[in-house]
Amino acid sequence: MSIQTDEPVRLAGEPAPPPPTPKQRRAARIADEASGGLLAVVLKLVLLGVVDAIAVYGVLVLATHEQWLVTGVVVAVTALVNWIYFSRKRLPAKYLTPGVIFLVVFQVFVLVYTFYIGLTNYGTGHNGSKEQAVSSLMASSLERVEDSPTYPVTVVDRAGELGLLVTNPETGDAYVGTSEQPLEQVDADFDGDRAVAVEGWTSLQFADVLNRTEEITALAVPYSENPNDGAIQTPDGQSGYRYVSTLEYDEAAGTMTDTSTGVVYSDTGVGAFTAEDGSQLLPGWQIVVGFDNFVRAVTDERLAGPLVYVTLWTFAFAILSVATTFFLGLFLAIVFNDLRMRGRKIYRVLMILPYAIPSFLSALVWAGMFNRSFGFFNQVLFGGAEIPWLTDPVLAKVAILIVNLWLGFPYMFLVCTGALQSIPDELQEAARVDGARPWAIFRHIKLPLLLVSVAPLLISSFAFNFNNFNIIYMLTNGGPRDSDAPIPVGHTDILISMVYKVAFTGQTRDYGLASAYSIIIFVVVAIIAILAFRRTKSLEELN
Amino acid sequence: MAAQTPVPGTATGLTEGEIRVFEDASAPRRTDAERIAEIPTKRPFRFGKWFAATGWRHAVGIVVVVFSLFPIVFVVSSSLNPNGTLMGSNALFSQLGLDAYARILNDPQVPFLTWFGNTLLIAGVTAVCTVFLGALAAYSFSRMRFAGRRFGLISIVVIQMFPQLLAVVAIFLLMSSIGDLFPAIGLNTHLGLIMVYLGGALGVNTYLMYGFFNTVPASIDEAAKIDGAGHARIFFTIILRLVAPILAVVALLSFISTVNEFVVASVLLVDTEQQTLAVGLTKLVSNPRYADWSAFSAGAVMAALPVMALFLFLQKYIVGGLTAGAVK
Repeated sequence: MSIQTDEPVRLAGEPAPPPPTPKQRRAARIADEASGGLLAVVLKLVLLGVVDAIAVYGVLVLATHEQWLVTGVVVAVTALVNWIYFSRKRLPAKYLTPGVIFLVVFQVFVLVYTFYIGLTNYGTGHNGSKEQAVSSLMASSLERVEDSPTYPVTVVDRAGELGLLVTNPETGDAYVGTSEQPLEQVDADFDGDRAVAVEGWTSLQFADVLNRTEEITALAVPYSENPNDGAIQTPDGQSGYRYVSTLEYDEAAGTMTDTSTGVVYSDTGVGAFTAEDGSQLLPGWQIVVGFDNFVRAVTDERLAGPLVYVTLWTFAFAILSVATTFFLGLFLAIVFNDLRMRGRKIYRVLMILPYAIPSFLSALVWAGMFNRSFGFFNQVLFGGAEIPWLTDPVLAKVAILIVNLWLGFPYMFLVCTGALQSIPDELQEAARVDGARPWAIFRHIKLPLLLVSVAPLLISSFAFNFNNFNIIYMLTNGGPRDSDAPIPVGHTDILISMVYKVAFTGQTRDYGLASAYSIIIFVVVAIIAILAFRRTKSLEELN
Repeated sequence: MAAQTPVPGTATGLTEGEIRVFEDASAPRRTDAERIAEIPTKRPFRFGKWFAATGWRHAVGIVVVVFSLFPIVFVVSSSLNPNGTLMGSNALFSQLGLDAYARILNDPQVPFLTWFGNTLLIAGVTAVCTVFLGALAAYSFSRMRFAGRRFGLISIVVIQMFPQLLAVVAIFLLMSSIGDLFPAIGLNTHLGLIMVYLGGALGVNTYLMYGFFNTVPASIDEAAKIDGAGHARIFFTIILRLVAPILAVVALLSFISTVNEFVVASVLLVDTEQQTLAVGLTKLVSNPRYADWSAFSAGAVMAALPVMALFLFLQKYIVGGLTAGAVK
């Protein structure tokens, strides 16, 4: 804790003070130490101790999983943090470090990582390494060996993870293993020919076996490190049988052979074992595919169509949302900006209520009111007509704009009221003396002044609506669904809701394609940002 | 009665009738009593004139209030409707009862109170930590001059243009690999979600706070420094108190946006018991088999109340913060 005499508090425009003498520096340090107090020092040490303890734990875990790169990063960051907080200098860093760490990991890194994922085939069927793909392929094609001996088994549990305690009927030795861990020989307690308990594991009682039947029958414990040796499975939790995969993996050649049909699947560089006729064994594994996702998004006809209309609608939605809310808000601000009017406060509070309600709730309530068969609009206002508010491509867009107008106009009303009231009355009076009519005063004096202060907010409102996921998802879920598209996309989807649906809904999750779409949004947002900063010059004001 | 028209040029709003009274100087002097008797005790009310001046504004106001209150009235009415369907909710306030509230609170399939608690916990912790991290950064940007300061400020302004939800896929994959090694902060944990939200803490709020910190005169810091206070003491005991209003605004905006956040929360929180209100209630009504609209409405009313109360209570401050750049 030291006073930063080399980095003094100074307002812009003041001349730089002369550098402090050593004496001044020492005085400052003494003063600082006197002011800090024992409690502050103890608190600082405790906090740093906690951080370091967590870091040591993290490093140990990472090292046991052989994540050397991440381990290195954690060590480096921890060292840096300690250096910053024990140093007498580095005062700005002391204040910036906590926020910057979160910012770098969860905002900057994930943006970069998105770019990387956009270049891969990551998704359903391609979400692991090649080794994982091999073992999961072998596990999924297991068939019981016809002359398999019957292995007495006991189902055991360790911290929620199921394992099998297997007795070899020929040798009488006991082995234990899980779906991840191949069988290993252990010393076990026997009940007759059957190993029934082993240290470190809890043996499941009959009732537990019944409760977890599904888990147990799905459990396949690899026989050895070699995947071609097959696995032990138990249909009843009592007796196990040897199962061998119908696929045979040749590690040297990198091929999978289906022993029942004789078809050879080889690694052709597309992230899955592929036969000569093009058929693939899934799951495959994750590889970098370069710009394939982008090329696919733009050139595949069934994907390009949705991308075009989704992009157009995203722009239309954002622009129309800003325009409608702004004009309604401005109109109301003008209407209620009259001192002669009574009850303005009451109107104001009632009007901003929509803004005070969490928007996801409002959108869900509106979705109920717009319901085709039971909703308030059709049943009460339109006398039972079945107007497809949320299921017709055009009406759904109208409904979304109406709801977003409801959600957004109070904000614009507040902003415009503030901006109008900050325009000096003298300008208006001067114009009136010069004979300007009210419309001319508004059009040529008030509106330009208002736009100066409101324009940056309109731009950020546009950027916000460009990614306004909630209203789309809660109101229409992007529907009506476009049945021609191979991805789950609908006529009211905007880009961000399309990203979400491609990545997290439907039968196949395509993280690569979703990230490619995200990058398209990045580019658009970046262009908006550049235009916005050019116009507002806000960056130049920073000093 | 043209005499009631305000005469242009008379700032005090003299009417023509009054001016004529003053112009009529040649008239014989009257007693005060006579004059008082002549002054009309009440102006006659003329609807047309009133409507042209302020009446139409009330008409607009009523239309807008109906528009803005209608969905709120609808949801309150259906939450009070004891027997549940969406269809039955259309007859507003036809039946009154609190059965729907009891149903949503007691339904074993719908852990509403757990969701509520999760939401308050996640949004509350996120808000407090966001304010703290943002205030630390804003203090250093506002009070210290160092290499990379301008770059840092510009980066923060630029980064805030890219909301975290754009990177939702990467966040999901990152958290699932973190969860493989550290289950306590990985997928399906509140701590993990809060950490992700804190990634956005600097981007959105620092600039807002930075502006406000700049309005606190630096001479206060200097006076404290002369009295022997260190930088930490100045920050925690002096500056933080002086900027309390902006801290409240940022905390509230952060709280509201976390309550509203759906994308990241729905991806990271898998188990029903772990979810927030936004995720839980949305999944609830999007389930076609769930037909209890009244119970949902009751849940919505209860979920909206704390946020609405906070918002209206701190309205004055929020409006100031809003115009400084935050958008809902």
